[in-house]
Order: sequence, then structure tokens, then C-alpha cells
Amino acid sequence: MNLDFFRLMLPELFLILIIFILLIIKIGDFVKQNTYLINIVNILFVLNIGAILLCFNNGELFSGMYISKSIFSFEKLILVCGSLIIFLLSHHWLKNHKHLAEFYILIISSLLGMEYMISSGNFLMFYLGLELASITLAALVNFDLEKKKSSEAAMKMILLSAFSSGIMLFGISLLYGTSGSLDFDVLKNSISANKLNIVALIFVFSGFAFKISAVPFHFWTADVYEGAPISVTAFLSVISKAAVVFVFISVLSPLFNNLYFLWNYLLIGIIALTITIANIFAIRQHNVKRFLAFSSIVQAGYILLAISANNSIAQSSAIYFIIIYLFSNLGVFAVVSAISDLYNKEEMKDYRGLYKNNPMLSWALALSIFSLAGIPPAAGFFGKIFLITSGAFTGNYALIALAVINLVISLYYYLMFIKKIFIEENEYPIEKLKPGLNVYLAISTCVCGILIIGFIGEIFEFITRLFVN
Amino acid sequence: MITNLSALIIIPLLFILLLLFSKDKLLIKKISLFGAIVQLIYIIFILIAYINQSHKEDFTFINSFSWFKSLNIDYITGIDGISISMLLMTSVVVLAGILVSWKIDFRVKEFFILLYLLSTGAYGFFISLDLFLMFFFLELAVIPKYLLIAIWGSGKKEYSAMKLALMLMTGSALILIGILILYFDTQLHTFNILKLTETDIPVETQRISFPLIFVGFGIFTALFPFHTWVPDGHSSAPTAASMFLAGISMKLGGYGCLRVAAFLMPEATIEYSKIIILLAVIAIFYGALATLMQKDLKYMNAYSSVSHCGFILLGIGMLNQTSINGAVIQMISHGIMTALFFASIGMIYERTHTRKIEELGGVIKSMPFIGSVFMIAGLCSLGLPGLSGFVAEMTIFIGAWQNDGIFYRISTIISCASIVITAVYILRASGKAITGPVKNSEFLKLKDATIAEKTASVLLVAVILIIGFTPFLLINLINDDTFIISQNFLKVLSSK
Repeated sequence: MNLDFFRLMLPELFLILIIFILLIIKIGDFVKQNTYLINIVNILFVLNIGAILLCFNNGELFSGMYISKSIFSFEKLILVCGSLIIFLLSHHWLKNHKHLAEFYILIISSLLGMEYMISSGNFLMFYLGLELASITLAALVNFDLEKKKSSEAAMKMILLSAFSSGIMLFGISLLYGTSGSLDFDVLKNSISANKLNIVALIFVFSGFAFKISAVPFHFWTADVYEGAPISVTAFLSVISKAAVVFVFISVLSPLFNNLYFLWNYLLIGIIALTITIANIFAIRQHNVKRFLAFSSIVQAGYILLAISANNSIAQSSAIYFIIIYLFSNLGVFAVVSAISDLYNKEEMKDYRGLYKNNPMLSWALALSIFSLAGIPPAAGFFGKIFLITSGAFTGNYALIALAVINLVISLYYYLMFIKKIFIEENEYPIEKLKPGLNVYLAISTCVCGILIIGFIGEIFEFITRLFVN
Repeated sequence: MITNLSALIIIPLLFILLLLFSKDKLLIKKISLFGAIVQLIYIIFILIAYINQSHKEDFTFINSFSWFKSLNIDYITGIDGISISMLLMTSVVVLAGILVSWKIDFRVKEFFILLYLLSTGAYGFFISLDLFLMFFFLELAVIPKYLLIAIWGSGKKEYSAMKLALMLMTGSALILIGILILYFDTQLHTFNILKLTETDIPVETQRISFPLIFVGFGIFTALFPFHTWVPDGHSSAPTAASMFLAGISMKLGGYGCLRVAAFLMPEATIEYSKIIILLAVIAIFYGALATLMQKDLKYMNAYSSVSHCGFILLGIGMLNQTSINGAVIQMISHGIMTALFFASIGMIYERTHTRKIEELGGVIKSMPFIGSVFMIAGLCSLGLPGLSGFVAEMTIFIGAWQNDGIFYRISTIISCASIVITAVYILRASGKAITGPVKNSEFLKLKDATIAEKTASVLLVAVILIIGFTPFLLINLINDDTFIISQNFLKVLSSK
């Protein structure tokens, strides 16, 4: 039992260890220079990745409260890798921040909450993880301490996040009322199409839709993304979103399997709204972070498309897409954060003529954007097509047609961005950037990921096999 | 093995890698030229191996492995007579395109890499036998077109590039829905063309899927109401890109209509054939009339492309072997001819800085070579016997006349009549711009074509002449495969 505890919960325990190390460093003031601390955390994260790779185990702890499966370990691996890339790409911002240790402690706590959320076997555990993840995030959004916008965003985030958690909690309490248990295994069988359960489903679903920022629960997204520091924006739009999708796939879908028909209708409505409305809003944005906010909402809509199919191939393609989305979106964020940190420029019009002085960075940015738009040879093409193919399992071709047409609309605004970078003239184009080794490492990882992942079918097969095990 | 078709994709990719690491402008041009020659030679090798093989099957040199197993997506490449002739045409146009853009001086490396990427998409498209793979290559070719036009183009280039990208993406969106319907409504759940030909696709499925796929590919090949990207796109593009666009990219659509829509879904093709013919005839006639109104040489050629690509769809819609033969020959002939046309217009524009017919005049006096090339392309376009255009259009008309019925007769006659209009605009343009009186004495000082441009033109003219004088070479190559397609139609028709 004791050994099992360490063996199964290794990813979380490792994060807790990192948090403690950071606390000790902070209290004792052992590390004076930010650069050293950054390197220490990066090395610890590499070790963490190694540790997770070693422990693809199946089993459960605390009488089913905590479940470990190989697919969960894989999902945690994705989250940890993504966080590491974010640490690398925001190197410049981190280096100059006064409260670096606190930043790390908060962001790793949030990651810890997500990992517990994924592994939960009980709504209690699940809610604990969810709150740990979202409260720390609100504090992180406020981390540009001098900026007024940052505080405003944090305020907005904490209020709305608490509200959505409340709604979800209400749904959970209704479920408890009808079945007398919070255990997923018990709930799975006791949920039926009675009215109380349907209301509960809608409440829980709304809470989730808020977390994944699906339309019509998306209003916080753009403001929060704009106000938050870029590393936190990247974390919000990639890691936090990925975690919620994982929970959607491995916790909620099986839990509400008995209400699948209703679940499906809700999803269809939300998908149609999300991809269409967010697409239209994305066209009108002038700030890069707001633009990326709406683009990430659209991507979330496509992920939900696969989730609506509710079979293992569709779920694998959702996870496959998450990996691709992680690389593509972080690729964009890497360049955006380099420009923002060094020149403090975040408007779309500042990107005009970027190609003139920064050809390599521009190509990396363009490749990431093409990947987001689903253009071959970038991996995003494979991800998008598989999501759409999975969505077609349901036979709902009207929705598929809408999704495909929206791909064309989204191409328009992505191309407008590309046009700014490569074609438009600028009197004062951004000068040659020298963002440093860490950022280059992050960008090249993303570019390699985008170029390679799509072509290797074995990755997709690997995920499918994980679902079977 | 020498006949591994994947090399056709790998060779351009290797040269792209080489280009990435080379700095000198001249070196970049030399590498790209060398790559195009290697590709052409390799395709000729494959052609020889294809002709010499002992037993003829539908598709040869098949190379396949499972790519995404759980989704049943395979990587399958293979060729038949039609695709090898398309490959040959593509490599000739690519070679000529690279030669013509020898003088380019702005962002040289990017230009050639994008040209290579575009051609990779075309090569891959012609050899793939899996719908997913085909779709991948089709989309691969879209963004290079956008960037080529938007960066190196002229006129209202940004608008044209965006219009082209969005319309072509809409086309591929329709194709995607169509092939997904094929995938889910057949029991096999496969994208594999070889397996799909063996199964009977239900007629109800075909009725939904065929229009989506046909219109989708039709957008690429300027199907009538969706042709509007063609004039803007072609005339804004730089010379090489217009050659690629009209020569190669529009043929992707024609080939797709034939290989995917008509080949896989014969029942639906027969049901929709009258609509196809109607749209094709409108495209032919309307395109020709619209060409009459053009004052800009590039716009003229772009609209005449709409008209000429209508013949491809007309050939497919007429459903018999002769007409389909004609459609394939028209694809190749138009690819080469329009590339030559755009090349000569590009050469004229580069020297005189105008493409307006009114402002030009007496080009042949100072630039005899370019003038003659323009005349040859024009004569091929209007269907002069001895040039490839005549062979293609004549074959389509013979095939079309084989169908009885007043509808077919009238559409054939209208299409034939368009040739007269073609003669009017071609002769008028060449009379005014090429041979007419010199309008601007500055033009007399201009130099004639460089060696690179001459090589490119001679290459293209040679292909036009070869097809024109010995059409049986090409027809023998494609005959077996068009026979299979037309046999499919006959089977369905006789069972009714």
C-alpha cells in the first residue's frame, strides 16, 4: 500500500516536492539571482517529465478517490511538458520579475490541482482539484503587479470563476441528492433521465463550458487574456484548457453516458455557437492577445466536436489535437511574448513588416499560425481533420458542414495576420530580436513538434492504445 | 527501386532543404533549376518504365502502408496513364516556370521555396490513391499560391490573393465534406480509392457526395459560377506563379473531377451529367465573351482559361471514351499552352511595363522571339491544326457528337461556336499588340528574350508541337485508363 502510494501518485508528489523546494528557497533566500532559480525549476521539470514517463501505472488509491491510468499519466505528461515550454518562452519576463518564487509556487499549485482533477474518482476530489487550479490562476492573472489592467482582469476572473464553480457545485449537490453518493462509479449507474439529474447535468455542464470558455460563457476570456501577463495567458489558453478537455473526456463523458442524448444536444448547440460567434469576433480584434483569445475559443469548439462523438477514436483525436494545439499555440505565444517583453508591443499593427528584420521568427510564427488554421504541412491540419472526421461519426453532417465552413472563415483572419507580417509596410518595423537561448529552445521545440507530429501516425495509434488499456 | 513514386515528393523536399541552407541568389536559382531538371528526368524514367511494363493493370507502381491505422487512413501512391501524363506536364511547366523567373531579385530564396512547395503539392496530388492523402496535397498547394501572389504580385494583389485562398479553401471544404460522406456511408470506412472502386457506393450516398466533390474540385478548375478567383488571381500573380496557377493548379481540379468524382461515382455522374454540361457550356461561352471585353493581356488569358477549362468539364460530362480522352488531352494542352502564354506576357510586361493591349504595339519588331512565342501560344489557344489545342478540342467535339439528343447537339454547337470568338480575341490582340504599328518608340530599344527565357519557351513550344503532330503518343498512353472510366458509365447505362 505504501509503495503503491508513491508509485501511483508520483506525478503529483513530484510537483508537491518542487513546491516545497521553492518554499524553502524563498524562506531561506538561498537563491539570489532569478536566472539560477529559473534554471533550477527547469531542471526539476525535466526530472518530473522523466518521472512521469517511468510510471504509466494503473491502480487506485484512498478507496477509489484517486485513480491512476496510463492515459491519465500521458495527459499529465502533456500538461507538464506544456508548462515547461511556457517557462522557457517567458524567460525574459521571469528574469526581471521581483516575485519569481511566488509565481512558480502559484503556477505549479495550479498544475497540481489540474493533475488531481484528472485523476479524481470522486466529485469531492474533483472539486478540490478544480478550485486549487482556478483560485491560483486568478492570483497569477494579477501578476503584472504594476498594471491596472492586470488587476482588473484578475478581479473579473475570480468573480466569474467563483460563480461558475458555484453553479457546478449546485449541480453536484443535486446529483448527490438523487444518488446519495459522490463516487463516480456509483453515480455512473444511478444517473437516469429524471428531471433532477437533467438539471444537474446542465449545471455541471455550464460550469465546464465556462472553464473551457465556450460561447455563451466566453465573456471573461478576452479581457482576462488581455490583462494577464503573457506567460499566464499562454498557461490559461493551453494548459488550463487542455486539463478541462481531459476531464471532459475521461471523467464527464463516461459519467453522463446514460444521458448521452441530452449531453449531445447541449454539445451540438454549444459547438455551433462557439465556432461561429468566436470566429466573427476574432476578425475584429486589434490586440494580439485578444485575437489569440478568440482563436483559442474557436479551437475549443472544434475539440468539443470530437467529444460529442463519444467513442474512443474521437477521444484519441481530441487528445492528439491537444498535443498539436499545445505546440502551435505556444509557438505563437513564444514569438508574441518575445516581442512584448523586449519592445512592449502587443497590437496587431505592430506586427506589420516583422519579416523585414526577423525572418526566422516570422516563419516560426507563420508556421504556428498555419497550424492553428489547419493548413498542411503543419500538424494542425491532421489535428483539425481528425476532429472533424470524429465529429462525423455522429452522422450530423449539418454540424460538420458548419465546422468546415468556419475553417474557411478562420483562414481569413489568420491570413490577415500573415499578411501583416510578410507584406504590409511599416515605418518603424520591429528591430532584430535577440530573445535568448531559452526562447529559441521553446520556439524550435514548437516548430519541430508542428512539423513532425502530424506525419507520425504511430503517435495517434499510441494514444488509441492507451485508451484500450 | 527506381519506380518508388514517393521519390517524386522526396526530391522536391530535399531541394527545399538545400535551398534553405544556401545564401547566394545565383546559387539558389541554379539549385532550383537543377532540382526541376532532376525531377523531369526522373519522371521520364518512370514513363519509360511504365510503357515497358509487361502486364497492364489499372494502377501500377503501387506503394502503400498504413498511416493512421485506427482511422483507416493509408499512404498509397500509384499511377496510371492519366496521372503520368499529368506528372510530365507538371514537371515541364515547373522547369519552364523556374527558367522564366530567373530575373527575380526580391526575396529570392522564399520565392523558389514556395514554388517548390506548390509543385510538391501537385506531384503528390497526382500520385496519391487515397482520398485523405489527395486532400492533404490539394491543401498543401493553396497557401504557397496565396503568398506568391500577395508578396510578389502586382496590381490589387492582396485582394486577389485573399479571394483565391478563400475560394479554393471553400472548394476543399466541400471536398472534405464529400469524402467524409463517402467514408462513413460505405461499409468499409476507408479513404482508399482502390478499395472504394471495388465496393458499390450506394446511389443515395453518391447523390449527396458527388455534387459536393464535383463542385469542390470545380472551384479549382473554374466551374462557371465559381470562376471569379481565376481572372483576379492570375493577373495579379507574378509570371511563374500564373504559369503554375493556370498550368498546374487548375488541373488539380480537373484531375480530381475525373479521378474522384467521375471514376468513383459513375451513377451520380450520369445523373448529374446534363447539369455538368450546362455549366461547362456556360463557362466556355461566357468565358470567351468575357475575354472579348478585356484590355489587359493577363486578364485576357485568364478569362480564356475559364473558357478552355470549360472544355475539360464538357469532356467529362459527355461520358464517352473519346470525350474523356479529349478532356485529358485538353488538361495537358491547356496546361502547357497557358503557361507559354503567361510566360510570353510576363516577358513583354517585364520589358514594356504595360500589359494593356492599347498601349502595346509592334512588339515583334524589337522582340521577334517573344512576339513569335506569343503568336504560337495564341494560335494554339484558338485551335490551329498542328498544335495541341486543336487535337484536344477536336477530340472533345468528336466525343460530344457521339451522344444523340437535341441537348447534346446544341451544347456541342455552342461550344464549337466559341472557337470563333476565341479567334476574334486572339487575332485582335496579336494584331494590335504584337504586329501592329509601334505606339511607343521606347519599345524599339528593348532587348529580346534571354537564354533562360528562350529555353523555357522552346521547351513549352516543343511539347505543344509534339502533341499537335503526334497525338497518338498521348492517346495511347491514356487510352486504357479512360476506357475503364467510360466502361463504368456504360455498365451503369446498360443496367438501366
